[in-house]
Amino acid sequence: MAILMEKKFPVEAGAYETAGEASTTIKRTLKQLGVSAEVLRHVSVACYEVELNLVIHSEGGTLTLQVEPDKVTLISEDVGPGIPDIEKAMTEGYSTANAEARTLGFGAGMGLPNMKRNATAFDIQSEVGRGTTITMSFALSS
Amino acid sequence: MTIGDVKEILEAEVLEGGDRMDEHVETACGSDLMSDVLAFVKDKTVLITGLINPHVVRTSEMLDITCIVFARGKKPNPEILEEAAESGITVLATKMTTYTACGELYIHGLPGTKKRTGAEGA
Repeated sequence: MAILMEKKFPVEAGAYETAGEASTTIKRTLKQLGVSAEVLRHVSVACYEVELNLVIHSEGGTLTLQVEPDKVTLISEDVGPGIPDIEKAMTEGYSTANAEARTLGFGAGMGLPNMKRNATAFDIQSEVGRGTTITMSFALSS
Repeated sequence: MTIGDVKEILEAEVLEGGDRMDEHVETACGSDLMSDVLAFVKDKTVLITGLINPHVVRTSEMLDITCIVFARGKKPNPEILEEAAESGITVLATKMTTYTACGELYIHGLPGTKKRTGAEGA
C-alpha cells in the first residue's frame, strides 16, 4: 500500500541525555495525524523501548517511521554489534545493559519482549559484526 | 480522586501544573525502574518515583501518565520541569518515601495499575 509519510531519525550510541527525543517527535506526529489513543500508546511504548535500545546497546543507528493508510511501521536499523543469541535476548529479565543505563532506570530486560507485545507484527534480524534490524508494524483499524 | 486530593494526601508541593488540580486520576504506580513502568498500561495514572532524570518525564509522556510525584523530598532541576510542562504532565514533590506515599494513596482508595501494555493485555 502507498506510504503516506516516511521520516528518518538518526540515533546516536550512548547519547543518554537526548534518548527518547525521536520517540517524542514520532508520538506527537502520529497524534496530529489522528491516530487513536490505544494505537498511539502501543506505538509510543515500542518506539521508546527500541530507541533506548539503540542508545544503550548499538553502535548507532536509524529509526524510521512509515505511515500507510492501514498501518504504522517502525524500523530500527543499527550498525552493530549484533545480538549473538536472539532467543535469550527476547527473554523477560535477561539484560546486558551497562551501569549507566541501569542508573537511568532501564536495563531490566523488558525491552524486546515489551516491543513484541505492543506491536501487531514484530520481526528481529541480527548478525554479530553486522548489526540488528527490528521491524514492527501497528494496525490502524481495530 | 483528583490531583488536588493527591497533593493533600501526600502533603506535596506543586512544582508544575498548578492549574490542573481538578484533573481526575484512577490508578497509581510506584517504581524507580522505567523499564517496568513501560510494561504496564497507564491511564489517568499517578507515578510515584524516587528516580530523578528526564527519562521519568519522557517515559510518562509515552504512556500518557497524568502526574508524577517525586518522593523522599527530591526535587527535579528546571530542565526536567520544562519538559514536563511541554508534555502537559503535573509534577508534585513529597517528603514521604515512595512506600509511604503509595500506601497513603492506596488506603485513600487509589488502586494500582494491573493491565500489561500490548495488544493482548493480561
